[in-house]
Amino acid sequence: MEAIIQIEKLNLYYDTYHALKNVDLDIPEKTVTAFIGPSGCGKSTLLRTLNRMNDMIPATRIEGSVRIGGTEIYGEDVHVEALRKQVGMVFQQPNPFPKSIYDNIAYGPRLHGIKSKSDLDGIVEQSLKQAALWEEVKDYLKRSALSLSGGQQQRLCIARALAVQPDILLMDEATSALDPISTLKIEELVQELKSTYTIVMVTHNMHQAARVSGQTVFFLNGEVVESASTDVLFSTPSDARTEDYISGRFG
Amino acid sequence: MIRRIEFDQQLDELKTLLREMGKHMEEALALAVQSLQTLDADKAQRVVDNDVQLNAMEEQIMDIGSRLIVTQQPVAKDLRRILVAFRIASDLERMGDLARDVAKVTLRLQGQKLIKPLVDLPRMSDQVRAMVSESIESYLTENTDLAYKMAQDDDQVDHLYSIILQDLFAHLTSDPDTANQAMLLVMVGRYIERIADHATNIGESTVYLVTGHRPDLNQ
Repeated sequence: MEAIIQIEKLNLYYDTYHALKNVDLDIPEKTVTAFIGPSGCGKSTLLRTLNRMNDMIPATRIEGSVRIGGTEIYGEDVHVEALRKQVGMVFQQPNPFPKSIYDNIAYGPRLHGIKSKSDLDGIVEQSLKQAALWEEVKDYLKRSALSLSGGQQQRLCIARALAVQPDILLMDEATSALDPISTLKIEELVQELKSTYTIVMVTHNMHQAARVSGQTVFFLNGEVVESASTDVLFSTPSDARTEDYISGRFG
Repeated sequence: MIRRIEFDQQLDELKTLLREMGKHMEEALALAVQSLQTLDADKAQRVVDNDVQLNAMEEQIMDIGSRLIVTQQPVAKDLRRILVAFRIASDLERMGDLARDVAKVTLRLQGQKLIKPLVDLPRMSDQVRAMVSESIESYLTENTDLAYKMAQDDDQVDHLYSIILQDLFAHLTSDPDTANQAMLLVMVGRYIERIADHATNIGESTVYLVTGHRPDLNQ
């Protein structure tokens, strides 16, 4: 399978702190990849390099190569806005805009020049359906997004990310603030979305990684210790440090 | 290194229970065969009565293991430790049933004399008890070499069993009056041979525990 994301010899420094060390990683298209590891291991840093969110952090220095769909995303002619349209992101805390449900979804497409009401209506409906939220909100599209529950808000944020038709969806602990039922809904949603999108998730919940992902990558101290298919990594990991971590005997 | 003290203690408890089950099972087989050699009904009855203890220990292992799966969500080798404990407990429980079946033959032969002094059956039983002991040892010490070596001993057991069969079939044809007892002794041979097969299962479980791969030692 062709890797849509190809990371080679990636090093990232926050000022003098060496946060990612010689990371080599391929992420295949239309799969779910989970990044796991203890706090400070570099997993969220790597996730944020994939749509250049680290650009906003001062004194960040990057060496090496990150290619998405064959394009070097740290190349000089890359437009970050275009990259972030291609690589959407969902965060730990749901962050809907203080606007209506409809306007939350239509925001991105409008920004990218879509003005026709019927086009926008279509995008809003399709995005909300893809995020498994349509049935719950279709009669209340004018209501404030803030009136939704936490789980609904997170699915709204996923719908908002999908509305600009990305190829890749990054999820940074996207269920850690949700209750178990909302978490399961998002996990089911991820299973459905992977036929259309490439999903990369950071999670502190190892059992979520085991349930949802096809590939799991274990990070430690800024390095990739082990990357394997999820069933192999959670049953017969090849590195003793992986076994210690997933068995809860690490620290 | 973070230690999961409570979890590790419970995993050790599974090991301790299996060690006890193994010891219990070896004693049951020894006593059952002794009872048969001397047609001692008291000894045989003790084997039959004691079998409930093995059953109870198996249930205890199932209870602890299920609770650990639910509460500790084990993965990788931790999960294999529990799966293997279930499997070995079930093997040992079956082995106990087979030792009890040997003892029941002693009870059925009450009032009769043995058609011949038993030599090969006790020898076979000794070999099988050694296999049981080694299989449990291989599990407790996670020694896969011992597991493979033990499995090879099964060939000798099978060889002895075929000698016993030939011998008893000769009795069957030459003296039809002893046919009933000869049949029962053939069955004893079969019970003991089955116990050896369960011992090799325990060896397989040990290899699976250590490597994560399932070998077939019963070939």
